[in-house]
Amino acid sequence: MPKRTDLKHILVIGSGPIVIGQACEFDYSGTQACRVLRSEGIRVSLVNSNPATIMTDPEFADATYVEPITPEFVELVIAKERPDAILATLGGQTALNTAVALHEAGVLEKYGVELIGANIDAINRGEDRQLFKEIVAKAGVRLGVDDPAGLVPRSRVCHSMDEVEATVAELGLPVVIRPSFTMGGLGSGMAHTPEDLARIAGDGLSASPVHEVLIEESVLGWKEYELELMRDRHDNVVVVCSIENIDPMGVHTGDSVTVAPAMTLTDREYQHLRDLGIAVLREVGVDTGGCNIQFAVNPADGRIVVIEMNPRVSRSSALASKATGFPIAKIAAKLAIGYTLDEIPNDITLKTPAAFEPALDYVVVKIPRFAFEKFPGADPELTTTMKSVGEAMSLGRNFTEALNKAMRSMETKEAGFWTVPDPAGATRENTLAALRVPHDGRLYTVERALRLGASIAEVTTASGGIDPWFLDQIAALVELRAEIVDAPVLDAELLRQAKRAGLSDRQLAALRPELAAEDGVRTLRHRLDVRPVYKTVDTCAAEFEATTPYHYSSYDSETEVVPSDRPKVLILGSGPNRIGQGIEFDYSCVHAVQALRAAGYETVMVNCNPETVSTDYDTADRLYFEPLTFEDVLEVWHAEDSSGRAAGGPGVVGVVVQLGGQTPLGLAQRLKNAGVPVVGTSPESIHLAEERGAFGAVLARAGLRAPAHGMATSYDEAKTIADEIGYPVLVRPSYVLGGRGMEIVYDDPTLRDYIGRATDISPDHPVLVDRFLDDAIEIDVDALCDADGEVYVGGVMEHIEEAGIHSGDSSCALPPITLAGSHLAEVRRYTEAIARGVGVRGLLNVQYALKDDVLYVLEANPRASRTVPFVSKATAVPLAKAAARIALGATIAELRAEGLLPATGDGGTMPADAPIAVKEAVLPFKRFRTRSGKGIDSLLGPEMKSTGEVMGIDTNFGHAFAKSQSAAYGSLPTGGKIFVSVANRDKRGMIFPIKRLADLGFEIVATTGTAEVLRRHGIACEQIRKHYQAGEGDDAVSLILGGDVALVINTPQGSGASARSDGYEIRSAAVTADIPCITTVPGAAAAVMGIEARIRGDMQVRPLQDLHATLRAAQ
Amino acid sequence: MVKRRPAILVLEDGRTFHGEAYGSVGETFGEAVFNTGMTGYQETLTDPSYHRQVVVQTAPHIGNTGVNGEDDESGRIWVAGYVVRDPARIGSNWRATGSLEDRLATEGVVGISGVDTRALTRHLRERGAMRVGISSVDDDPRALLARVRQSPQMVGADLSAEVTTAEPYVVEAVGEHRFTVAALDLGIKRNVPRRLAARGVTTHVLPAGSSIEELLATGADAIFLSPGPGDPATADGPVALAREALGRRVPLFGICFGSQILGRALGFGTYKLGYGHRGINQPVLDRVTGKVEVTSHNHGFAVEVPGAGVGAVVPDQVIDTDFGGVRVSHVCLNDNVVEGLRAADLPAFTVQYHPEAAAGPHDADYLFDRFAELIEGRALSEGRSNA
Repeated sequence: MPKRTDLKHILVIGSGPIVIGQACEFDYSGTQACRVLRSEGIRVSLVNSNPATIMTDPEFADATYVEPITPEFVELVIAKERPDAILATLGGQTALNTAVALHEAGVLEKYGVELIGANIDAINRGEDRQLFKEIVAKAGVRLGVDDPAGLVPRSRVCHSMDEVEATVAELGLPVVIRPSFTMGGLGSGMAHTPEDLARIAGDGLSASPVHEVLIEESVLGWKEYELELMRDRHDNVVVVCSIENIDPMGVHTGDSVTVAPAMTLTDREYQHLRDLGIAVLREVGVDTGGCNIQFAVNPADGRIVVIEMNPRVSRSSALASKATGFPIAKIAAKLAIGYTLDEIPNDITLKTPAAFEPALDYVVVKIPRFAFEKFPGADPELTTTMKSVGEAMSLGRNFTEALNKAMRSMETKEAGFWTVPDPAGATRENTLAALRVPHDGRLYTVERALRLGASIAEVTTASGGIDPWFLDQIAALVELRAEIVDAPVLDAELLRQAKRAGLSDRQLAALRPELAAEDGVRTLRHRLDVRPVYKTVDTCAAEFEATTPYHYSSYDSETEVVPSDRPKVLILGSGPNRIGQGIEFDYSCVHAVQALRAAGYETVMVNCNPETVSTDYDTADRLYFEPLTFEDVLEVWHAEDSSGRAAGGPGVVGVVVQLGGQTPLGLAQRLKNAGVPVVGTSPESIHLAEERGAFGAVLARAGLRAPAHGMATSYDEAKTIADEIGYPVLVRPSYVLGGRGMEIVYDDPTLRDYIGRATDISPDHPVLVDRFLDDAIEIDVDALCDADGEVYVGGVMEHIEEAGIHSGDSSCALPPITLAGSHLAEVRRYTEAIARGVGVRGLLNVQYALKDDVLYVLEANPRASRTVPFVSKATAVPLAKAAARIALGATIAELRAEGLLPATGDGGTMPADAPIAVKEAVLPFKRFRTRSGKGIDSLLGPEMKSTGEVMGIDTNFGHAFAKSQSAAYGSLPTGGKIFVSVANRDKRGMIFPIKRLADLGFEIVATTGTAEVLRRHGIACEQIRKHYQAGEGDDAVSLILGGDVALVINTPQGSGASARSDGYEIRSAAVTADIPCITTVPGAAAAVMGIEARIRGDMQVRPLQDLHATLRAAQ
Repeated sequence: MVKRRPAILVLEDGRTFHGEAYGSVGETFGEAVFNTGMTGYQETLTDPSYHRQVVVQTAPHIGNTGVNGEDDESGRIWVAGYVVRDPARIGSNWRATGSLEDRLATEGVVGISGVDTRALTRHLRERGAMRVGISSVDDDPRALLARVRQSPQMVGADLSAEVTTAEPYVVEAVGEHRFTVAALDLGIKRNVPRRLAARGVTTHVLPAGSSIEELLATGADAIFLSPGPGDPATADGPVALAREALGRRVPLFGICFGSQILGRALGFGTYKLGYGHRGINQPVLDRVTGKVEVTSHNHGFAVEVPGAGVGAVVPDQVIDTDFGGVRVSHVCLNDNVVEGLRAADLPAFTVQYHPEAAAGPHDADYLFDRFAELIEGRALSEGRSNA
């Protein structure tokens, strides 16, 4: 059944910004889809608002629309492009929901567009809880199982709180609450008490676009499994991968530690799951493509319950693809255009077909990465609502090897068992008690409980059902630990045994203090010739020869690294996504691979993030799925370098550390010291930029201004500095990314409190105290610098919010919208001086503040920044590619001559008619709740909290800003009520924007003080009391929660840190009600322009290829 | 931690692996084969087709779910030796009644653990299945190698008599009795009669040396040729019996070894595959429906069809034999090996793989329906009209 010939043009819908529950796995899947479709000669149009994706690089589609993924904008794209079909199953829930909305609005029918890869009925059957329950029962009947009704938890769909309460009266507590049609389990939770029930079900009803929740029998503590299936249009079905959650039911699978393949199923049980999965898939009617089904298995009697299915490519399918080497998204795209599984060759063996089920001869472990430290007050208990922001995966030849590798891939304070001391006062009893609440790092608690004498049975009980087999594996590590601690010497045999169990040099160093730390262990290990070998992920457990060098390390006997005499470059990725280090860095790494491949190098990617494009085995020439620790990277380098030299080649000629964010940058000096050829900006130069004193000297030499500052290791020192430079001050630890621990401090008590909380302060890690520039314009610059000291300014971004909000969280415009030519000249002069002064060889990001016409340097980072993809897309220049080439010795002049960079000019001086690109951050506040169940504060500050970003691009700022808001948060309102409550100091600045909104027909509701000022300016407004003011009728919070408000404008009161929390109730209500909330004056002004643009109703869409052609022509 | 005795594994070409004793301490020899199944070690170990074979499990963790009283495919463990990387220290499953290692020790199965099973598998893939020895009593690889080279080959091995039932026995139909089948036990798995019973078939299982008269004396409506170990070229008795059955137009179904028997009865040759198919993820194309099924395999030999070289695509056409036209009904998509035969003019068909699964997917379970239909005579007439 070959491919359909009637599909000549397909529109692919991406997934938009990175949010919790929907991350860069959809860039991986969408990029694969675009590649596949184009290689089949099909015209591909693409909609995705996320500029940090590889898929939105212009070469991946024929027409790339960086536009909001809303029915409104996608319809504009359809009207313009007139595709034959839409492929929406590779863009997560966002794409699927948009496709359903387009269908329901009649748009697909109107334009004669076919939905391929899924049909609307199947989507509804898969996602509608009640329908799905019936389907599972039907599938059970067809299979002839004894109790088909028992294949789903007893449950009922409810549309009101009354229905919810009646249902719970029948089922009894605890119950699980699951809202319909939300992604990543948003709004779902487990209710143990009537109070929980009222809160979670209430939120769930409002989170569900159809106001529907499922109340369901609890299967808490059951074993949890997932199957990834694929079906073609000839009804061939294969199971690509089984995944077992170590955390039993009750923790969202995205937040669970998971293992592939399933470890604790007999064949009989596994085949039962497989039969059920296939029967459900057929019954749901997923015609072609990938699908994920989740099961719960009662550990006491084996009863199987089908939990849910996703009729699309998912986060789990990205994991399954990386875990098995079976590229689900790629195959799904081929199936969507009509191929059958037996017609598609297996990528890795090339000789066998994709119609098979991968066999693994290794174990895969995935561990989620959380960011609770970013959201003080948020409840860190893990529940059925996903809260993790990223994940790392690792492969090993056994479970403990994979587990230990995954644990050290997390880059948290703990780098695997025993690397940090036990909490003070830890006992067997209190450790067992701590296991009862699922939490981040629970396996550390498990290990401690076992080490302190708890039995496996006790830990199974305390943890609510972690399978004894996994616990015994950890118990074996505890025994091994004792052996290592007790051994007279660490001999080759014991060392080998420890390495086979996956222990790192650092872990061993913690157990053997006499070995002079990690370096000592490594020296000993190398002397005893205990080194890893590299095995291959081949889909078939070595049954057939693999052609794809996709490797992982193991302490086994035979290595499979194929010697090559080509010059090799290692590119170090960025590890698990976290707030402050996400897809943007992966984008830059992938670009480095592309550029260096094209320049004739053999590219070797090292990374441990399964969601990314960089870890697609199709991206680099060789892929090492390894933790980004010094030890693991050094061994990869050694394996590649020595095999390359043995083959008569130059081996590894460079290791690129600049593009993966802080993670690889942090390894630079140690790698260089170990003889690894780190290319690009030297570790010494990196230090120059990151070490405050050295950087101050660089600035002083060039005569550049910076805010007054100092460094402190105690409160007294900090106070002395603050007194000298004056409050407010910005305080932060040195060497951080994403503004971790950064705060603006207005007075002595708060400063004392901050220093008291900053536990890691030491002379090596002082606190930086900077004068904070109030009301300054913040400017971000990305630039390139080569060995000749020539500088290419990639782009100058003007922040919309004033300085003080982390650059990752603020929106910005490129080209800058208010800066004068003289400002830009000054920015260029400063940037060139810094680049040369530091000695940058590649990318440099500088942040400036412009206050009273004076430019101050806030900080400089000699690496790829988060804004590189945005700048590259807004200016049509691939900065990361250029940076990679510069690192390997190319000059800017050469790159200009080659055409990689424009022949003349740069991004610092954009043509007058250049389109305006607006970047907007996307924030995850909706995901979190305090322990008492309230929303958390959405106020922005110097600590980064956003998970992703979008780009809006258009001919003027208003339109571009409106698009950015539609893409990030849902569209700005064009009418209705606006609630306003602003701080006294902001009242003056707010008058204009609010008046304009009133003139545009909005109804204004304001708190007393704000209302008075507005009325004096002739703005009619309704007055409402604050939450804490006594009175009758609605207060501000109940008004917002009631859903009557279309937009909230609330700026924080006063200047003290405690006063800033005044608006908390208002802002958290806006988060709960899911309506836009603006917290700054410039943000309000921008919103007004956006609203005007929307009201004019003349939104247009334009492909990036078109915009870039115009820009290139102007250059 | 428990310290295991050291053990060595030596292949007949001299390659040696070091590991630790697993299961019983001792020495054993057999043909080294690898199995890529990620579940189902208990079924594999108790499958008589693995008689005289040393099984290498590519899945690194073995024994995780212990052993239970329900999943045996015969009355004992048959493998001659067992090679694993990481044996479980405990079994965890609600049905488990004991640990795998205890069972291996009790049944005297010599194994080795801690081996780079992937390296060993790659070696077997490149060099082909070969003889192997495992010893946890002699640590001299050279001495062991000499003994390996003296151990019997799989080619030319007639093993049916060693695995067959001593006495006939009956597996009753579940529910209404529809048909009776006589199964020639060349190493049958328990799940075959069970799948037949689910379709109203009573199965009489008879020893390998039984004559066609003895089979038919059970009142059988059809004959089943079972899977089993050994070189089909040695199975003259069963081949003659199959020819008899064909001649008498007795409906016939064969699985695995039984498929090779029918192939030889039809006049085809059989040959030894380089390293065989052993796993539960093998894609097989059913040429009748054009659909792909994921199937359980365990075969080191295969049927050779005239005109198609090894590894070449077998043409989908009727081949003339002494018993009329025959079609290759199933092929393995990985390597084009013949996976099923169907007589056009007689009520006979076979598959080289395992529709009874155990271990493995149930995709091919429909073949037992086809057998039942064949017995009813329906498929026969359809087969003719298709021909």
